[in-house]
Amino acid sequence: MRTTDIGDVQPLHDSLVQIDGVNPKRRRVLKGILGAGIVASLGSFLYPVLRYLVPPPVADLGGDTVVAGRVGELQPNSSKIFRFGSRPGLLIRTANDEYRALSATCTHLGCTVQYKPDQHRIWCACHNGMFDLAGRNISGPPPRPLEVFDVHVQGDELVVSRKREA
Amino acid sequence: MSTLAPVRRWLDERLSLDDLTAPLRKKTVPVHRLTYWYFLGGMTLFLFVVQVCTGMLLLLYYRPTANEAFESVQYITTKVQFGWLVRSIHSWSANLMVFTAFAHMFSVFFLKAYRKPRELTWLTGVLLLFLTLAFGFSGYLLPWNTLAFFATKVGTEVAGQVPLIGKPLLVFLRGGEDVTGATLTRFFGFHVAVLPGIATMLLLTHLLLVQFFGISVPPKLEDEWAENPSKRREMKFFPNFALRELMAWYLALAALGSLAALWPWELGTKADAFASAPAGIRPEWYFMFMFETLKLIPSKILFIDGEVLGILAFGFGGLLLLAVPFIEIRTRRLGSWLLTGAGALVIAYIATMTIYGYLPK
Repeated sequence: MRTTDIGDVQPLHDSLVQIDGVNPKRRRVLKGILGAGIVASLGSFLYPVLRYLVPPPVADLGGDTVVAGRVGELQPNSSKIFRFGSRPGLLIRTANDEYRALSATCTHLGCTVQYKPDQHRIWCACHNGMFDLAGRNISGPPPRPLEVFDVHVQGDELVVSRKREA
Repeated sequence: MSTLAPVRRWLDERLSLDDLTAPLRKKTVPVHRLTYWYFLGGMTLFLFVVQVCTGMLLLLYYRPTANEAFESVQYITTKVQFGWLVRSIHSWSANLMVFTAFAHMFSVFFLKAYRKPRELTWLTGVLLLFLTLAFGFSGYLLPWNTLAFFATKVGTEVAGQVPLIGKPLLVFLRGGEDVTGATLTRFFGFHVAVLPGIATMLLLTHLLLVQFFGISVPPKLEDEWAENPSKRREMKFFPNFALRELMAWYLALAALGSLAALWPWELGTKADAFASAPAGIRPEWYFMFMFETLKLIPSKILFIDGEVLGILAFGFGGLLLLAVPFIEIRTRRLGSWLLTGAGALVIAYIATMTIYGYLPK
């Protein structure tokens, strides 16, 4: 028989003392159930919201091949931007009369690059990044080269395709 | 006043107005040679109110889609009566608000007004400053012009460089992998609903805290006044300070009107996702120092992409700014000097990089 300083209280169990009708263990369990219930319900509210925030993926209909232009459309030492799927690509007719196609998205912070006919270089106006005609980052902040695409002449169409991985 | 007296009495019987306004009547503003710095917070608040009012007016005609946004702003500035004025004031006021918010922050920083017990006032204030920048960034895209398009591309790409959460954050901000009409619609939602909601709650907390703690006196002067209480000089907040502030607001409104009328905000050309970024592209002036830093930073520093390092450094700088009151406690007197020095260096850095950004190169 044990007593507590509350008064004459009958211990129900060794570790379980009833005080004024309050059972601490039972209260703890109930608090746990209530807490878990609230957390679970909050989770069930938040999960759909979080999923809702993420936009559904857009199918890239561009595929790996696109007609970027027509033969004769570009003068030597000039360029144009073409759509490659949802991203811009840069088609250059070099001063040596070669066609080059590259991704026009700067590898630094994603601006659209342009061809500088006076320097025979590719330049990004946003942060002054410079690439050579092989897409190599040669000065300024860009950390990586531009992706280079293949260009084929089919009839009078200039067909650009993603390089196949070797 | 006599016609209003019965109304006042009626309200007083129900709400005991005198008790409600007692704190305002008791509030005082310390008078010393730096008192003018106390105007900046109120000035920022005034410009915020101007933003809310002109923003609501712009909402009557603006359309947040890629096909219509540019044209609707064009419509506002060319067809709607005084539309050019409303839009121009909204842009000018936004820029002035960023300026006064920064000036307010630095004045509080150098006057050491963030010290105990005002740490929470500082925290809410710095968060409000970040929100102001978020307002500027999201609002900048809404006219859907070329400059805004690339600024948003770069800005969201910066967010995308954050380690671990970068990619999901970028997709969340853009509403997809790229900056498209979906981004415009999202930014519109942030600009007119999410940010104003958060800003209003933070602003109320900030103002309540200012009211609760009273206005801080620079530490040196505080000691002087404590030693010799007869030197203490104060003015009543209401009406003495409030009327002075009101005069400053009136002048600010005149300045806004003149700026908007003499230098109407440009609209530029419509954004084209398949055009190169034009030469001479640059962000709003308040992002210029970060923009120039990202331009000058080498592409690789010890095998880490330079821009990632720069972005992390700016993020860390923001955290340090939030933590200012807590950094100082740990380092005491020497720390206080160091902190002031660091603040001066930060201002010098921001000013140099901003000016450098605008120099012809």
